[in-house]
Amino acid sequence: MATQHSRSAARLMMAPAVVLLLGWMLVPLTMTLYFSFKKYLPLRGGDLGWVGFENYTRFLTSSAFWPSVQTTLIIVGGVLAITVILGVLLATLLNQPMWGQGAVRILVIAPFFVMPTVSALVWKNMFMDPNYGLLAHLWKLFGATPIEWLSQASLTSIIMIVSWQWLPFATLILLTAIQSLDSEQLEAAEMDGAPPIKRFGYITLPHLSRAITVVILIQTIFLLSIFAEIFVTTGGAFGTKTLSYLIFQRVLESQNIGLGSAGGVYAIILANIVAIFLMRIVGKNLDA
Amino acid sequence: MARSTTTQRKALNTAFAWGIGLLIFFPILWTILTSFKTEATAIADPPVFVGFEWTLENYTAVLERSNYARFLWNSIIIAGGSTILGIIIAVPAAWSMAFVPSKRTKDILMWMLSTKMLPAVGVLYPIYLLFIKLGILDTRVGLTIVLMLINLPIIVWMLYTYFKEIPGEILEAARMDGASLREEVIYILTPMAIPGIASTLLLNVILAWNEAFWTLNLTAAKAAPLTAFIASYSSPEGLFYAKLSAASTMAIAPILVLGWFSQKQLVSGLTFGAVK
Amino acid sequence: MGRITLDQVSKSFGDVEVIPPLDLTIEDGEFTVFVGPSGCGKSTLLRLIAGLEDITSGQIRIDSQDATNVPPAKRGLAMVFQSYALYPHMSVRKNIAFPMKMAGIAQDEQDRRIEAATTALNLTDYLDRRPGQLSGGQRQRVAIGRAIVREPAAFLFDEPLSNLDAALRVGMRLEISELHERLKTTMIYVTHDQVEAMTMADKIVVLQAGVIEQVGSPLELYNTPCNRFVAGFIGSPKMNFLEGEAAAKYGAHSIGIRPEHLNISTDEGAWKATVGVAEHLGSDTFLYVHPEGNEGETMTVRVDGEFAVRHGDTVFLTPREDLIHKFDAEGLRIP
Repeated sequence: MATQHSRSAARLMMAPAVVLLLGWMLVPLTMTLYFSFKKYLPLRGGDLGWVGFENYTRFLTSSAFWPSVQTTLIIVGGVLAITVILGVLLATLLNQPMWGQGAVRILVIAPFFVMPTVSALVWKNMFMDPNYGLLAHLWKLFGATPIEWLSQASLTSIIMIVSWQWLPFATLILLTAIQSLDSEQLEAAEMDGAPPIKRFGYITLPHLSRAITVVILIQTIFLLSIFAEIFVTTGGAFGTKTLSYLIFQRVLESQNIGLGSAGGVYAIILANIVAIFLMRIVGKNLDA
Repeated sequence: MARSTTTQRKALNTAFAWGIGLLIFFPILWTILTSFKTEATAIADPPVFVGFEWTLENYTAVLERSNYARFLWNSIIIAGGSTILGIIIAVPAAWSMAFVPSKRTKDILMWMLSTKMLPAVGVLYPIYLLFIKLGILDTRVGLTIVLMLINLPIIVWMLYTYFKEIPGEILEAARMDGASLREEVIYILTPMAIPGIASTLLLNVILAWNEAFWTLNLTAAKAAPLTAFIASYSSPEGLFYAKLSAASTMAIAPILVLGWFSQKQLVSGLTFGAVK
Repeated sequence: MGRITLDQVSKSFGDVEVIPPLDLTIEDGEFTVFVGPSGCGKSTLLRLIAGLEDITSGQIRIDSQDATNVPPAKRGLAMVFQSYALYPHMSVRKNIAFPMKMAGIAQDEQDRRIEAATTALNLTDYLDRRPGQLSGGQRQRVAIGRAIVREPAAFLFDEPLSNLDAALRVGMRLEISELHERLKTTMIYVTHDQVEAMTMADKIVVLQAGVIEQVGSPLELYNTPCNRFVAGFIGSPKMNFLEGEAAAKYGAHSIGIRPEHLNISTDEGAWKATVGVAEHLGSDTFLYVHPEGNEGETMTVRVDGEFAVRHGDTVFLTPREDLIHKFDAEGLRIP
């Protein structure tokens, strides 16, 4: 669609971004791969030589590995289920005619803009504290014994906090998708005699399927690496150690770089599997 | 729907939606309210909602004790700097991909997106090491660069999406009218793209402001932004609810305001144009 | 001056050759229309002349200067786009001034030309408005104004009227024709509408699949189309084609007869037919009739004034022998 001249100019203009990202990707990645094949303990002797795949097998066979995978899956799965289901319902509700729709939208979106450390701390202290937290007061109001949220129901608590942060994202995207539904389609279905529930099931929900997939994939990418929420609340205790938190501990807390790097490679592979699916969807959209 | 709903139905929707909206917003509201209480009122049993004596003492306490201004300044420099730097690098790239697409444009875009998906923890140590070697650990420069790089794919994507919407004929008209590439960018493209650039700027300031992995792991005392400032409340001081609330309110207030402005662009920006 | 010569010009997108090598000369001051169905390559051809696309092979000369590798801005051509392509963030005045600003023309000269152009185009009241605040016709005139002030060697129009409603289209058509009469500058005009081609052109270039089918004045194309494609494309309503027995009688594979060249009668004639639809416009009557023995076919007949028949009536058609077009099996005209 253009002439030779503009094409070479275009290549030049793209160069800085491409070079920077290429460096940002390749340099650390190569280093991680390099360390993952070494016994490397900066505080206890430094570089102790090549060890082949030992770090990889050790990471997999360590007692902390499988629980961390399980924790990761529970947190990601739980948050996805909550945000998608509530997101669809909330988006449908917000799409109804009402007064002050814009204001409600703003209220619903707000948690997304709260920095993770703030939301984790606020929930931890002001809501989930077994003595002074609001939830404790609520439990007492009904005569129940307050729960020690972050130790007794640690995973549930984390899922609650993270869901609160991500529900706005899901709702906003699903709402945008619902609004793009051609109302004539719904009117045609109504003329064809479909009651509201069936209209939702046969028209609205299929229309949303793409947006739901996008929400699931993007959230998965972010949720696989949630950090601050765990760092600030439980510090990985009480069974809340996710895969990425485990790697973080290996690298920065126990300073076992080789082992942590092998874990990092696993995390990268895991993220890439999810990424491939997301990119397919985004890629399809590029053609349209 | 071009049909009027009954007032009753609308009232019901309104009540229901406002109820849920307020429930979701409540933790933020509660934090803001608590920030104006005394420490004693903050932990009163039963909790007090509005009928308390409002005080600003927590704000003054936080400001006096923790050098809040420095953390705030770090946040502003890091979030603003990384965004502006990112936009300067991304504008030419997005421009060329949108208006002079080649067969590889799509692949490059997808590849850029894929770098965004690298789990940070996987490259934590190499970056940490590089930062020590380069002497930029715990500096604003270092953090600005990292945040620019992690958000660069989103910036390129958002700008690309906006640029794509500028009709190619207008740029051709400018070329016919004798504008050079430089003049085309200055007189035609930039003014037309300003709304898109502005919303990209907004969204990325928000993302950078709230980033809480690199900011926690690559800073100590000097360059720590507000995310780290709040994280420092996680132990003993966290029990001072009113002060925690005041600090939190100050950390989130600027971004809440920006966020509400950018909510429209949020969707296409965060889904890489997959949902519009 | 504005004589444009295309010498063996071709264009391929990748492996797809959209325009096989072609030759064409557009004389100075001529109003040339490229016409053809959508996808025939007429817009691509215009963009090649403009320099917005690189040609794959061949040479483009403007006033005998080789312009093949000259960037669009330096070719001295002005273009009016289908979408008008006005700069939305600039006022009408700034839009029109833009090409002069780029060319570094002195401010007082700029003002003089803007004044002249906007007076001619009835835009003086809108100089400070933004394009978004103008109607379709006004935007079109701004786009033309922006082209005029450059005093180009030739104007290029890419389907400029297709976004206007029918009534405006007729008005703008007249304005552009009048502009051409006044400026006497070369104009190349792309359209898919054969009425625009017939009414405006000095010379029509009929294109199909990137190939020039015929070049000629409107009446040449109307009277002596060189093949069935041109015969069917030029003229409204479309020419009727008959094959088989009716054509064999004239020693042709097929014959064509324009709706206005059929004599009609309710009692006698060469072909008997039944009226399907009759459109009574007062000034003309258009009849869509099904010939006897071949009821699946529809023939169009145009009668001057009123002709009182209705659906189901029987009519008789007689072609005017001297105006029958004969074509061979390849669709080429038999003289």
